Amino acid sequence: MRLNAWLQDHRRVKKSRDYNFAFINEAAKREIRRKILKAVAIPGYQVPFASPELPVARGWGTGGLQLTLSLIGPEDILKVIDQGCDGSVNAVNIKKFVGQVTGVSTTTDTRQATIIQTRHRIPEEAMTRDQILVLQVPFPEALRTVEPSEAETRRMHGEADYSQMWLYLYEDIVKYGEISIGARYPVTVNGRYIMDPSPIPRWDIPKLHLAETLFLFGAGREKRIYAIPPHTRVEPLEFEDEKFRVEDFPGQACQRCGSSATFLDEIIDEASGARTYLCSDTSHCDKILAQQEEKEVRSCK
Amino acid sequence: MGYVAVKGGEEAIAQAGKLLTYQRLKGASDPLEVRQIQEQLYLAVDRVMSEGSLYAPDLAALAFKQAAGDTLEAAFMLRAYRATQPRVGYSLPHKGEEIRIIRRISAAFKDIPGGQVLGPTSDYTLRLLDFELLEDTPRQRQAFLQALGRDLAGTRPLPLTFPKVIDILRKEGLLAEALGNEEGREKIFDITRQSLTFPASRSAALQTMARSETGGLLLLAYTNMRGYGDIHPTVGELRVGYLPVRIEHPQTGAPYTIGEVKVTEAEVIARFTAAEGSPKFTLGYGLCFGHNEIKAIAMAVLDRAMQAPEPRMPSEDQEFVLSHLDGIESLGFGSHWKLPHYVTFQSDLDRLRRAQEAGKKTKPGSGKDNAT
Repeated sequence: MRLNAWLQDHRRVKKSRDYNFAFINEAAKREIRRKILKAVAIPGYQVPFASPELPVARGWGTGGLQLTLSLIGPEDILKVIDQGCDGSVNAVNIKKFVGQVTGVSTTTDTRQATIIQTRHRIPEEAMTRDQILVLQVPFPEALRTVEPSEAETRRMHGEADYSQMWLYLYEDIVKYGEISIGARYPVTVNGRYIMDPSPIPRWDIPKLHLAETLFLFGAGREKRIYAIPPHTRVEPLEFEDEKFRVEDFPGQACQRCGSSATFLDEIIDEASGARTYLCSDTSHCDKILAQQEEKEVRSCK
Repeated sequence: MGYVAVKGGEEAIAQAGKLLTYQRLKGASDPLEVRQIQEQLYLAVDRVMSEGSLYAPDLAALAFKQAAGDTLEAAFMLRAYRATQPRVGYSLPHKGEEIRIIRRISAAFKDIPGGQVLGPTSDYTLRLLDFELLEDTPRQRQAFLQALGRDLAGTRPLPLTFPKVIDILRKEGLLAEALGNEEGREKIFDITRQSLTFPASRSAALQTMARSETGGLLLLAYTNMRGYGDIHPTVGELRVGYLPVRIEHPQTGAPYTIGEVKVTEAEVIARFTAAEGSPKFTLGYGLCFGHNEIKAIAMAVLDRAMQAPEPRMPSEDQEFVLSHLDGIESLGFGSHWKLPHYVTFQSDLDRLRRAQEAGKKTKPGSGKDNAT
């Protein structure tokens, strides 16, 4: 879009709202963008930022929201998911807020969106270089498990002193026979920084590795931004003889679309107490279902 | 089925919002005016302004009404509003002497220059329920005000400013300057512009405490007062009053008063140290928006506690104290656990089931070698 047209559009949107376009004032947005650039330049490094308050509670996606709001333009198409689902209450709330302060169009289709904000999942469909995935982060510090002090973890990162983390993983294996970390599995980014990938399941970790897409991580309460640029090595911490593994759902498939190659939600049936499984990524599930129906229709013809 | 409930988010949110509004309206009483809150629940308004970090009594009263009396929520609304406002400039620094006093006391000396001014305080009232307030009639109010007016005849107005009690100690060389005072004005940290790093400068620490949640601040200060720490504070001076706000005139550069803010200021004198030569008392400082004495005192105690050269107690550990004081942050994070965590829980379930399987294979007490 040409600058003049953009500005005109921008003004129009702004005029129709009581707040600035995308809520955050322009000076604060610029600061966030500068910090994003720094984060992209140093993959996996946590860049501190001012993180002003939003009308959404700290801990409810304010970090991701600030990234989204600082990047979004009137021509963007937004998708927001929580636990993989577009209709989840928090996702709906965030989408409504961004819609109110920008007027951008929204979608549930992963492929259509230019910006996707997410909590706890990476969409099943591979994303492209023209898209940005914004992840909401509760604990930006992967080392927090082994060291409560921020001053100390910053030193550890500075010196790449990760022995405590490795020791923790080793002790876990000794105690439980395997590493007990479920979600939020620590990764090494670009061979340098150990990074918290946000509480995505281990299932999603391989999607970060040498991806086409820019991944941005925002922790509002902890006031940190970090990034994984496209084509960056992202390796989960593992030992030569104790390999990283993703969750498995042996013999299970989505009851709705039949997929067995997606991350599944375990559903407990109220009446019988039986367990069934459904795709966590609901829009992907819808798509598969639609494709199947289309095939059926075609074969009927 | 759970799946359907999750998908119904949009409608559920809208209806929940309506139900929330209905809670405020369902009673038969008259609507509460924002001005009534501002005038009659002024301490709540002060607290909301202080924790919301925005001096705006009318907006704070509005937030308090909207939050149905939840000060944490109200402070959160105010803080969020604050974040939308552009920063026009910084006010000029002040000395506490300039506070237009409505109350000042010292626990250190019986008689202080300028005298003790008790002012409006509940300290010496008995906490007996006043059943007359059940019928708070205009006639009773009028009678009270008239009687008060008669009492006031012949009293002298307070001087505009009072000398500082701690200056007496300072002049006699009994008081050590607080650590971190050497920072120049240019070096003043702005916690709304930069995220805290540790060790934090004193200006960053004081700003963080000034907008902290009263209860949280008191809790940490109380741990120090009670025994997990031993700074032994004496309230050198506690002031409540109005502090002028001055800015540099944009054209002339001369100081220009644009208004005043109600503040509470506490200076606590703590046990002496002999860090630099002869032993001296040390000082802790607290200042917050509005009339909130316990907050100012708690802040001063923690300010002093965090100056410990080698922190041993939680209240002396700067990172521990400053990272956990913000009400808006702790409220948000504490309540975010209500959000769905299906995915992470699923991931944990997977690990637990695996670990249990591994445990079955390895009988307790047997070595790792047998675990194949």
